Amino acid sequence: MIEIRDLHKYFGALHVLKGIDLDVQKGEVLSIIGASGSGKSTLLYCINGLEPIQQGKVAVDETNVHAKSTDINKLRQKLGMVFQQWNSFPHLTALENVALAPRIVKGKPRAEARDIAVKQLTHVGLGDKLDVYPSALSGGQQQRLAIARALAMEPEYMLFDEATSALDPELVGEVLDTMRLLAEEGMTMICVTHEMGFARDVSDRVAFFHQGVMEEIGPPEQIFGQAKSEHTRKFLANVR
Amino acid sequence: MEPTLTFFSGFGINDFWFLGEAAMRTMWISILSITLGTLFGVLFGWILYEGKLTAALTVAPVLDVFRSVPLIIQLVLFYNFAPIVGLNLDAFASGVAILTIYAAALVANVARGGIEAVDRSMRRASRSLGMTYWQDLRYVVLPIGGRAVFPAWVGVALGVMKDSALVSVLGYVELLKASQILITRTQEPFLILSIAGAFYFALSFPISRYAASLEKRWAQ
Ligand SMILES: Nc1ncnc2c1ncn2[C@@H]1O[C@H](COP(=O)(O)OP(=O)(O)OP(=O)(O)O)[C@@H](O)[C@H]1O
Ligand SMILES: [Mg+2]
Repeated sequence: MIEIRDLHKYFGALHVLKGIDLDVQKGEVLSIIGASGSGKSTLLYCINGLEPIQQGKVAVDETNVHAKSTDINKLRQKLGMVFQQWNSFPHLTALENVALAPRIVKGKPRAEARDIAVKQLTHVGLGDKLDVYPSALSGGQQQRLAIARALAMEPEYMLFDEATSALDPELVGEVLDTMRLLAEEGMTMICVTHEMGFARDVSDRVAFFHQGVMEEIGPPEQIFGQAKSEHTRKFLANVR
Repeated sequence: MEPTLTFFSGFGINDFWFLGEAAMRTMWISILSITLGTLFGVLFGWILYEGKLTAALTVAPVLDVFRSVPLIIQLVLFYNFAPIVGLNLDAFASGVAILTIYAAALVANVARGGIEAVDRSMRRASRSLGMTYWQDLRYVVLPIGGRAVFPAWVGVALGVMKDSALVSVLGYVELLKASQILITRTQEPFLILSIAGAFYFALSFPISRYAASLEKRWAQ
């Protein structure tokens, strides 16, 4: 379970997250929507400790992410993350991209890391691209590669930061399908997304962020049907 | 043909070996200083990248000095003043020392550029997989940044190899000094300098070819 309590985040004087309270249960799929600059990405970075926080607390399975005593590299193994930019390692083949972290972070023997990589690449539909370099993959394939790479660490949570925003429209579908597959398999997911269809169909809950505040959270029917907040309704009217 | 016992004797096969041997010394002094200079240069480059303010006040100005003062002045100054502070280095060691620092100063900028060439979001991706700071540097930044600035590094390496000719002013008999000695004796500057030039070419050509083929391989 991910617990976020009264989280405040500043970049210098800029107050980016203004007291977020949020629990994400095991097995839940949460989508986060909101305008650009509302702090959605920053929230994800605070959850896996890529950004320090100034006030409040984030705990993952009762481990305080930002405590000095926390082994953050160990904790991050539980939290897979997929970014808007695919960030595939260009100097490694698809297989090596996925096998690298299990090998050097988890210390798995080469052969075992390879098996994990083959399994996860097959999982995301790239079983026939094992020895291909990222430069020879499409954006959608590279993003699925990034998902496989994160899954290879056997995370318990997956954080998606606009995983489809940088893709050509015709490639969005294959990545969303992969995310859907993970959701069906019971993965706990937090998805920052602009794909309202995905948020509506796949999420258990949808959170709307507005200027650093979690303005509203609820089941998709509520957010997309009868949003309580004026800001939510306005935002949704504009994206549709 | 009458035997030439005069002081100014012609260019013979032994002289060719003499030049070849000197070319080996040029190669040796270059390999040493480029290798050491690269190791220190990468370290300095990392300090420049990470250290920001501290680096700007300490390492950066020192490197600037070594980068901008002509090498020949550095060599002569170092060779003549090192003994004063108790460092008794011969011409070879002095040459290696100065060429190393010089190479390090050049490589430092290249290395910093290499680190900067790796996207912040790429580094976040590797950290998000649980890699430590050092694993990210070793397995992600080094190969990606290294490839990005490899051509610049090759340029530095070839430059240092050619600049090693300046160590001749300290009396170290590398390729250029050897040529000067032979020219004085044979009075055949054109022939000898051509041969010396050919040796320099023979030393650098394989390096640039190999570098080009590496780059081609990486580009795929
Ligand atoms: N490293 C940083 N330094 C300074 N300001 C930052 C930094 N990262 C983000 N910000 C600022 O914090 C605010 C929130 O950024 P964030 O990226 O979390 O927004 P977002 O909701 O993800 O937006 P988008 O939909 O554009 O991705 C923005 O005003 C942004 O400019
Ligand atoms: Mg964002």
